[in-house]
Amino acid sequence: MPLLKDGKLIDDPWTHLPDEVAIPASGPVIVGLKRWREERDVLLKRKDPVGVRLQSDHVAGDVADDLDSLGVVALAFPVYRDGRAYTNARRLRERHGFKGEIRAIGNVLRDQYLFMQRCGFDALEVKEGETEEDWEKATNAFSDFYQPASDGIETVIQQRHR
Amino acid sequence: MYRYDQFDQRVVDERVEQFRDQVERRMRGEITEAEFKPLRLMNGLYLQLHAYMLRIGIPYGMLSSKQLRKLAHISRKYDRGYGHFTTRQCLQLNWPKLEETPDLLAELAEVEMHAIQTSGNSIRNVTADQYGGVTADEIEDSRIYAEIIRQWSTLHPEFSFLPRKFKIAVTASTIDRTAVKFHDIGIILAKNEDGETGFEILVGGGMGRTPMIGQTIRKFLPKQHLLSYMEAIFRIYNLMGRRDNIYKARIKILVYELGIDELQKLVEDEWNEIKDGPLGLPAAEIARIEEYFKPPAYEVIEPDAQTLAVHKFESPDFAHWSKVNVVAHKQPGYAIVNLSLKPTGRPTGDVTADQMDAIADLADQYSLGELRTTHDQNLVFADVKEGDLFELWRDLDGLDLATPNLKLIGDVICCPGLDYCALANARSIPVSQRITRRFADLKRQFDIGELRLKISGCINACGHHHAGNIGILGVDRKGEEYYQITLGGSGDENAAIGDVVGPAFSSEDVVDAVEAIVETYIEKRKPGEIFLETYRRIGQEPFKTRLYPEKTDAAA
Repeated sequence: MPLLKDGKLIDDPWTHLPDEVAIPASGPVIVGLKRWREERDVLLKRKDPVGVRLQSDHVAGDVADDLDSLGVVALAFPVYRDGRAYTNARRLRERHGFKGEIRAIGNVLRDQYLFMQRCGFDALEVKEGETEEDWEKATNAFSDFYQPASDGIETVIQQRHR
Repeated sequence: MYRYDQFDQRVVDERVEQFRDQVERRMRGEITEAEFKPLRLMNGLYLQLHAYMLRIGIPYGMLSSKQLRKLAHISRKYDRGYGHFTTRQCLQLNWPKLEETPDLLAELAEVEMHAIQTSGNSIRNVTADQYGGVTADEIEDSRIYAEIIRQWSTLHPEFSFLPRKFKIAVTASTIDRTAVKFHDIGIILAKNEDGETGFEILVGGGMGRTPMIGQTIRKFLPKQHLLSYMEAIFRIYNLMGRRDNIYKARIKILVYELGIDELQKLVEDEWNEIKDGPLGLPAAEIARIEEYFKPPAYEVIEPDAQTLAVHKFESPDFAHWSKVNVVAHKQPGYAIVNLSLKPTGRPTGDVTADQMDAIADLADQYSLGELRTTHDQNLVFADVKEGDLFELWRDLDGLDLATPNLKLIGDVICCPGLDYCALANARSIPVSQRITRRFADLKRQFDIGELRLKISGCINACGHHHAGNIGILGVDRKGEEYYQITLGGSGDENAAIGDVVGPAFSSEDVVDAVEAIVETYIEKRKPGEIFLETYRRIGQEPFKTRLYPEKTDAAA
């Protein structure tokens, strides 16, 4: 799955580890929440970084106390119209101060890149064939924003009254 | 009324270009209809039974004459020369061509209009009291706060994929003209003990297959916290609203399942985390928007009751219309005029392009160049000089817009039904036409008095049948259209959900059934009592007995 990170297509350094696959000796891995909870010590003893996958019915609070140990939180969109991950991303950034990568996985559509970016996602696992230009176009579609969000962009109200 | 500044204009212009790109990708076959669907639904474009349907947002119902002329032009150029005003103050076009919608939207943007979030599981067009700013019974002008919410909700990055659609209404009056208690969030301007103005916030109202009346989640919210409190409610709903069943996905079900107290606790906890953040509403921004809604420079008019009285004496029709469709204005010498979009036997809320142009001209001539759309699918001229009423009435009468039936049985709310809608089970427009023809005698309508009849072609309840004093719901019974009747619903400040009166009626019998209900009321009413009052006093039995005589006999 191609990875768009900060608008650039890169080779994904992370491996998604399915629950039934043994933890490899090395290499950055992203694991499910249950596994993280059960095998946290094993995962942290490895020298390579670890990330956690949250399904859309998980909440940011499920990993709030672990964020210092995590390089990635991957938030799932089982279907594009399941918008819970937007809230989880904002809470991770704005409430819990997470500085690592927040990655969108699943049914990630280019017409939603902008909303994702605004809510704190900085990496997206995208469909084959999507380009950096698509990212560029989608995230530059608008110049002004009414709402404060995780990107810290000055809102229209702030611009009006500065 | 509000005018876009450079920011508002740029957002709408850029949205048009974004959508143009999406449509072009669809036309080139780069994306499938399945992939395109969420994109068009973010922009009010539905695929209906026969064609695409575009719903154009009219925030809190405000239109300038210039905007209405543009809508007339658009409905001629891109559609079949008419439009349909909805119960949420929007305008629907029934026959646009997909490839032309970007140009259509670009023309709308020229007059500061758009179709953003008029569909999809997003925050929909915000509605407000059509008498905002001109009625004496309001605390403040509700449109100010509706506009603030319009902006905040537009392209919200976090809340554009909610569990289900989300409707907000704002009112500032003790008399509710917005069906505020049937909205996902209802905002009622309120004063606290110190006399400060803020908001009472209701949550969880709605129609559909599970009608609910909104409950108070906060008795008083200071003004500066409006948006942070909205955001807190939306955040809890976004995370906790059901996504497993489309019929249980509205916030009303979350309120029902959690209970209002538990939901309130969750919302308040969330709100405490964010209320002192960047969502605080600066007084300067409230003042900026307020400026657009400040009262116009009304003329000081010497009262001239005599001329009006002479006109009424000479023209009983004018007198009758004045009594029914004209409402008191807070400014002496001015009046609020309702234009009925319910002429006998015509589809509710439909207006032709020629009528739109003519209405725009009349708005310029008589009402400071503005008009409002209403939740009841009518139009309002809010600032008419009393001295102009007679002339205006003659002009409106010539356009078939002066039917004196406001709040009467002819003032039907009706959804498009199976004539247009992909969801409908039954036709609703023909039923409303037959009922209004049956009650075509306007004197009789007046004698019957206030009686709100509302018709939906399916359980989604776009025709608000649950809130009708008489509600009619179209159902499909083995391929035949049947109509279930409810009684006692009300969409005003004393909101109530109608009770099913008994087995459904065939299309042939439903008009007789309505007449039987009306006759029963006439027989039982006490002097001065409107239908709803009589119903609440005597209950359903007398109506049942009349409607289902055999059954009642058998039971006895």
